[in-house]
Amino acid sequence: MERIVLPEIPNLNQIDVYLQNGGFEAAKKAFSQSPDDIIDQVKKSGLRGRGGAAFSTGLKWSFMPKTTDMPKYLCINGDESEPGSFKDRQIFEYNPFQLIEGVIIACYAIGANTAYLYIRGEYHKWIKLMQQAIDTAYEKGYLGEKMKNTFGVDFYCDLYIHKGAGAYICGEESSLMNSIEGKRGYPRVKPPFPAQKGLWGCPTTINNVETITNVPPIISKGWEWFSKIGAPKHPGTLLFGISGHVNKPGVYELPTGILLTELIYDVAGGVPGNKKIKCVIPGGSSMPPLRGDRLEGVRMDAESLKEAGSAIGTGGVIVMDEDTNLLKVLLRITHFYHHESCGQCTPCREGTGWMEKILKRIDQGNGTSKDLDLLVSVAQNIEGNTICALGDAAAWPVKFMIQRFRDEFEKYVKPQVVIPVPNKVHSMRFTKIALDDIVLKS
Amino acid sequence: MSFKFTEENLKRIEEERKKYPESLAAVMPAIYIAQEQNGYITNEVMAEIADVLGIDKVDVLGVVTFYTMFHTKPVGKYHIQVCTNVSCMLRGGYEIWEQVKNKLGVDNMGVTPDGKFSIEEVECMGACGYAPMIAVNEDYYENLTKEKVEEILNSLK
Repeated sequence: MERIVLPEIPNLNQIDVYLQNGGFEAAKKAFSQSPDDIIDQVKKSGLRGRGGAAFSTGLKWSFMPKTTDMPKYLCINGDESEPGSFKDRQIFEYNPFQLIEGVIIACYAIGANTAYLYIRGEYHKWIKLMQQAIDTAYEKGYLGEKMKNTFGVDFYCDLYIHKGAGAYICGEESSLMNSIEGKRGYPRVKPPFPAQKGLWGCPTTINNVETITNVPPIISKGWEWFSKIGAPKHPGTLLFGISGHVNKPGVYELPTGILLTELIYDVAGGVPGNKKIKCVIPGGSSMPPLRGDRLEGVRMDAESLKEAGSAIGTGGVIVMDEDTNLLKVLLRITHFYHHESCGQCTPCREGTGWMEKILKRIDQGNGTSKDLDLLVSVAQNIEGNTICALGDAAAWPVKFMIQRFRDEFEKYVKPQVVIPVPNKVHSMRFTKIALDDIVLKS
Repeated sequence: MSFKFTEENLKRIEEERKKYPESLAAVMPAIYIAQEQNGYITNEVMAEIADVLGIDKVDVLGVVTFYTMFHTKPVGKYHIQVCTNVSCMLRGGYEIWEQVKNKLGVDNMGVTPDGKFSIEEVECMGACGYAPMIAVNEDYYENLTKEKVEEILNSLK
């Protein structure tokens, strides 16, 4: 299978090697066509965003206004803070020039002269590597004003790295823009969408690092070629990051639509000790988890995972074996979302804390089965009621973990025995009697 | 104690400003530069950043307190971050966290009395496939065992 984003070419992070392997030919080809043609090709290729929502990239580009006096911007999202997701750093390290070429083509297509590559602050090493590649590209005339001579066109673009500083919420596109503007990473209310009002109020497109890296091969080899790879409605390859209880964790580039079981057993070498799988989160910690006994036939593309009751997210697969304590896992995930909630919306700010507290209570042995229903109820009250998707991201693991693994969680809670007492006057009142685990409905 | 940027750092901030249409946008790079120079961010440091960029001090304060990588208290010469998020947790992240805590005798965000080490339990560091991991200042150490952690800590002078 041909690898599109991380081809097996040694030293591809050196510009000479990249050039020997057809580097910047796609950009040259793009400049011989109109921006609308480029957008059309990306649209027809079926390329969908690799950052979580799997939205059509070409369609997103087409939302940018054609006639405007304002500058336009491109943001490339390399924040990568979703637990289970660790794919973009491979691109920074092994194939930075294809990302830069993708940026050039994207900027040309949407009419932007400035692009910001947002990389999480903890990635010191990868920021340095990417900055070296950008500096080289400037030096050799593939970025900046010199591009006009190199490519012989009346177009140039600048690419700057903006370093994050440890806030998961900045992976959300509008928080990312606030962070670039030098503000707290608070999500913005949409609409207006970034294409209308983005960075400094100007039209802005935000794409994931992996998405942009896919663009040069689409232009050089044609949209037909790309659209035939992998799942028809979600074509191409994906960088699957596999972690947790597998023998060979890591990042693997494979066509979309691969069987989840194939990914775990054949590619990642199966589960240590040949243990059974209890739970799999298929696309990063925020995606609904799947039961280990329901993995047969599940394919790794947006449509198939939706049918299976989850979502592709970032393609970050977390595998948990039969001995995993799901209560501890859910408590850890909930702690993360509580910690990372920006605090703007009450349901998320308060609800994530409540969920963590309830799970802690259960973990300390003081929970009842009523707490499980309470958790689902709190999750449902967060879901869909916040400015950004962090609310959903916090709610889904709780809601689906408890709904799908109720048997597991029942092990950690005390059963709640409710004895109905026929007294119409006080039928709504609950009185706790001395027996510890019994609630008397009087 | 007042804080002033060095000449070289002022030039670096000026370079950062050129990347953005508004100087407020250079606040994060400026805070990083200040942290590098001073070790952590104090009121005086924030005042200097605001002054250099021509922005309000409250804007600097807002950013400093929002992001976890900006420190408002001193950290050790070696700031050790241990990831315990779910992928690391499944592969022994908490055992490593307990090991580091016990070895250095300090708890989360604590600094050893000699100022050499500080430790922090952090959220996902993007090293899930190479878990468990720790970061020492800017360097990642991945695929760790207790023996390797012991070796790393002992090697820090």
